[in-house]
Amino acid sequence: MNLPVSFLPEVPAFDIHRALARIQAEADWIGLRFVQEQTYRRAVRNHLPEDNTVSLERGVMVEARVDGHIAYAGTSDLSQQGLVQAARRASHLARTCARHALFPFAERHRPTVRGRFVSTRQSGFDHLTLAELTDQLIRASRSLKVSDKIVSTAAEATLVESTVHYVSSSGTDIEQQWLQISSHCAATAQDGAETQQRSLNGPTARCRQAGLEFFDFPALHAECERAGREALELLHAENCPDETLDLILAPDQMLLQIHESIGHPLELDRILGDERNYAGWSFVKPDDFGRLRYGSPLLNVTFDPTVEGEFASYAFDECGNPATREYLIRDGVLLRGLGSLESQSRLGLPGVANFRSAGWNRAPIDRMANINLEPGTSSLAEMIASVERGVYMQSNRSWSIDDYRNKFQFGCEYARRIEQGRLTDVLKNPNYRGVTVPFWNALKQVGCRDERELFGTPYCGKGEPNQLIRVGHAAPPCLFAGINVFGGGA
Amino acid sequence: MSFVPETRRLFDDLADTAFSDLKAGEALSLQLSAEDQTYVRFNDSKVRQATAVLQRNLALTFQWAGRQVTFTFDLGGHVDRDRALLFSCLERARQEARTLPEDPFAVPLQNHGTSAHEHSGSEPDAADAVGAIARVTQGTDFTGLLASGPQVRAVRNSAGLNHWFSTASLWVDYSLFTTNTSGDNKAVKDRFWGPVWNEERFQTLLNADKDRLAFLKRPSRAIAPGEYRVYFAPAAVADLVAMFSWGALSYRAYRDGNCALKRLIQGEATLSELFTLKENFGLALTPRFNSLGELPPVELMLIEKGQLKNLLVSSRSAKQYGVPSNAADPTGWFGEHLRAPELMPGNLPETEVLNRLGTGLYVSNLHYLNWSDVQAARVTGMTRYACFWVENGEIAAPIDDLRFDDSLYRVFGSALEALTRESPVHPDIDTYHSRALGGSKIPGALVGAFRFTL
Repeated sequence: MNLPVSFLPEVPAFDIHRALARIQAEADWIGLRFVQEQTYRRAVRNHLPEDNTVSLERGVMVEARVDGHIAYAGTSDLSQQGLVQAARRASHLARTCARHALFPFAERHRPTVRGRFVSTRQSGFDHLTLAELTDQLIRASRSLKVSDKIVSTAAEATLVESTVHYVSSSGTDIEQQWLQISSHCAATAQDGAETQQRSLNGPTARCRQAGLEFFDFPALHAECERAGREALELLHAENCPDETLDLILAPDQMLLQIHESIGHPLELDRILGDERNYAGWSFVKPDDFGRLRYGSPLLNVTFDPTVEGEFASYAFDECGNPATREYLIRDGVLLRGLGSLESQSRLGLPGVANFRSAGWNRAPIDRMANINLEPGTSSLAEMIASVERGVYMQSNRSWSIDDYRNKFQFGCEYARRIEQGRLTDVLKNPNYRGVTVPFWNALKQVGCRDERELFGTPYCGKGEPNQLIRVGHAAPPCLFAGINVFGGGA
Repeated sequence: MSFVPETRRLFDDLADTAFSDLKAGEALSLQLSAEDQTYVRFNDSKVRQATAVLQRNLALTFQWAGRQVTFTFDLGGHVDRDRALLFSCLERARQEARTLPEDPFAVPLQNHGTSAHEHSGSEPDAADAVGAIARVTQGTDFTGLLASGPQVRAVRNSAGLNHWFSTASLWVDYSLFTTNTSGDNKAVKDRFWGPVWNEERFQTLLNADKDRLAFLKRPSRAIAPGEYRVYFAPAAVADLVAMFSWGALSYRAYRDGNCALKRLIQGEATLSELFTLKENFGLALTPRFNSLGELPPVELMLIEKGQLKNLLVSSRSAKQYGVPSNAADPTGWFGEHLRAPELMPGNLPETEVLNRLGTGLYVSNLHYLNWSDVQAARVTGMTRYACFWVENGEIAAPIDDLRFDDSLYRVFGSALEALTRESPVHPDIDTYHSRALGGSKIPGALVGAFRFTL
């Protein structure tokens, strides 16, 4: 049966302009955000289909400004009655909270903007049948099992079609549409007491805005075979040594390093203390912008929602602020934080267009989007050649950092020893630890543009109530001098 | 009609009509998660962001000829429209099932009985709580989240199974900050929870927290990395126990090779005789039925006096590996996970904790735990909030945050000296997608040696 992957169930049409017209009298100002998101998740384990799930999220978030305060009400009841109730509820909540509000809202916090964005895609989700996708995942699973010592395999794909349409009583009208794909393939090898896992770039790191051109199945199967073989190599590898050495991180670990020790500490709502009760504060202080030497002069980091195909690209954030590429760190100096119009006005500091929410049932907050480390001039081969003794680590497997985003410890799946400018032994259980600013100041070489890779994650957690959001991170390999690396064992 | 009875009527209507539409050989399960919540976020004792959320999410699991597909969608709350959406998904499920290879480990839907638990009471008033919190915390640096309102979980299937759970409650999860004489930010963390807002009880809790802040105003002390005696307060132990849900007690994770307690399972290692961990649905913090509508035992011993008694086995794992199921839930980030953990208390009175610790660290909370080596059950993470250096049984100074990296085989094994007699309940405050149910009952722990690394 030729059943395409994509499917739109029978849902009544939703006219957002009509809806707005019916509720805009409920408050001094009203914003209405309609979100429809279909997710197709297909997972194969040990060559058998296991998870075949289609999720349809469909709802509206009403924003109401009353007495200078904005409150939110999300509802999955899209009837006229349901929307009026939500608008009244948001208005009531705004009125109740206005006298205890942390800061006053002004018109500049919700600019009047019109526009449209459609993410990069060449081939829609209806160009592949469900049977073909399932078959390819089963083949990927088989490719991972290169030996009887591979005790389990997993091959997964998640395809997302989403639309966000935001309108307001002050005339904003923005519609944005995305196709997004993420995938994960992993092999677990076991021999006696030893167990090791190897995946394609770490947990669900392969994330892009794309259509079905995302999948190059012949290449995928070859990479799965490599991952399976590397899992076997790890079984008989030495533990990563416990000493201070030069460290080269591959782009699929740089994604995590950037995310945790640059992305989160630069979020202005963390610096303002909004996040203190949950994910934490930040070591960065308002006075640090324009002054703090965050890293070596080789460190250049951008907020860039304009990169075609990167996982968190968009044209406007969720209050209507147009999204532009901005340097956060230039030549090692901290310039700008990750804060929405609300946070920018509270702190009196420049930010970016990063007011984002996880769905129709959550209010937007400051979130990183695409945070990219800009390329340098070194090739990976040159970096390796320059190291007398060191370690090259790939693919994240463990992450932990303190609430001020200072002291971190990260682990990787796979490593190679570097001796006299050459890659030598495979090392298992590679970990490293450090403190954010000294670590980035130890940045010694940055890979070139040709070696920059795009990764991301669908699972960046933050906020109260909690939200999971998609982020993208692009980076080349990077060399750090004198880092504390260590291996496994009790 | 209010939210809970309205939701029940809708769910029953959808289930009845969908089940009556099934053809020979087809089976269907419907799972409902619904809430009508008010979430209010505070910073500096003021309201940062307030959000109301009304949502009903339905998951439809369809089985035919050994194939299984699932559709989830948000319900609008109107029977006609929701029924049309349901039938549209059901028809697509039929088509998808025909394109898929057989799933030999799909568990056929069965009738696991009927139950209904409605903790109705009076719904908490979020507006009352908002005003009172702002008033009572005025003059403090209070930050946190209020979550308030009714919640529903329900499962029905075409074999006749029918379980319903609804409740209404609120909690305030918060931190109270201060700056000490070293200029460092310090905080205590606490949690108010119950079926209704109670200003007097909240005030009492807050006053006690303010008293605790006095200790935090002292100058900070930087502690060098190394091995120290440590007392972990119950909230910190609860974070360590939560790691058992990261595959450590999952039968599937064990067979997949991703289980942190493999050595315990294979009899090559033990934990301390003081360590007894069980699932206890008698705590009544969460519905006993799982996402398949199966009922696990009210109590299931997992580790008794340091010896493994049971792993968590879902019916899917049971079918795949030919072992008995104990109705563990197959869902979640790591699959079979703890849903109602209780770590049995010891005999150390809380009032004796500092004396028994002598000289070492008092750790009230931990932060951002993760495996650093799964095979060695090694966990890394950070100290957080009110953590102190203790000398000769007396609090000497708040500490700068420390990173640790140590094995559960030591923390709950060779180095475990005592567990407290008191064992508080820790309600789950997870709010991803919707407000969670559940929680744990965990005492404090005195550990003779624990490794700090940074």
